[in-house]
Amino acid sequence: MKAKIIVTPKKAVLDPQGKTVANALEQMGYKGIGAVHVGKYLEIELPGGDRESWRKQLDDACRKILSNPVIEDYQLEIQ
Amino acid sequence: MNFAVLQFPASNCDQDALHVVQNVLGQSGRLLWHKENSLAGFDAVIIPGGFSYGDYLRTGAIARFSPIMQAVRAFAAQGGPVLGICNGFQILCEAGLLPGALIRNRSLQFRCEHVFLKTVTRESMFTSRIPEGKLLRLPIAHGEGCYFADDATLEQLQAGGQILWQYVNADGAATDSSNPNGSLRNIAGVCNAARNVAGLMPHPERASEEILGCADGLLIFESLLLWLHGKAAQAA
Repeated sequence: MKAKIIVTPKKAVLDPQGKTVANALEQMGYKGIGAVHVGKYLEIELPGGDRESWRKQLDDACRKILSNPVIEDYQLEIQ
Repeated sequence: MNFAVLQFPASNCDQDALHVVQNVLGQSGRLLWHKENSLAGFDAVIIPGGFSYGDYLRTGAIARFSPIMQAVRAFAAQGGPVLGICNGFQILCEAGLLPGALIRNRSLQFRCEHVFLKTVTRESMFTSRIPEGKLLRLPIAHGEGCYFADDATLEQLQAGGQILWQYVNADGAATDSSNPNGSLRNIAGVCNAARNVAGLMPHPERASEEILGCADGLLIFESLLLWLHGKAAQAA
């Protein structure tokens, strides 16, 4: 079992990295793309056990440390 | 007065801050390793610059969970003065002791240069000694110094006089070109609502002696010292 967490900058937050990547794509000829948002991906290995209990704990961890709610959103998935 | 200068793995402005405390201000001070858990006997705390924990995850994100930060939280709750410089500012924001967050510079570049700062209010223990209208010339050195907070928080900061310093040009105007990192409202430093915790991205400890080219930063430390003396006199 593993947890997959995707952290992305909130839409209201200036994302210069995303903007630079979007400009680069545009210059390379990939026309018509929209905004790009650069975030990070975390994979956490879990030894098994109760899925819901892990979800609760990791949701807590996402809010407390793995993301900063002032500037970031996160998606948590347990597989 | 007795100053604690916190030291995390990869702090790198700790010695500079301690030097200012001991050799420029003539006060006592001690480096305090992040594993310590007491601030007993200290009058003020400085969280210095650097790259605590390699800036892993986010700047300041791991440092905020160090044992010493629990002591800082309690110290601040009792009204004790805490000043965060550069990475120290980032740590205080991550810890929720200051509002907002510091994100990647708008330019995506690490900026290392001198900037001008306007002191927005002298009504704080960190700014009272700065002469009215004087611009501070201080060095910056950061990659993640773009101050962000949502609109409601910004309004609150503005209304409450919590914005202490703004990036300005040589004429004192907060223009876009004088903003080195894209900070909202050109914010360079803020304080909390109780006004005893402050953070700023520029480095006053690197500009507190004339031999370093500029001593404007000393005014911030002197403001703090003046407040501590005032408090001690009140208690006596």
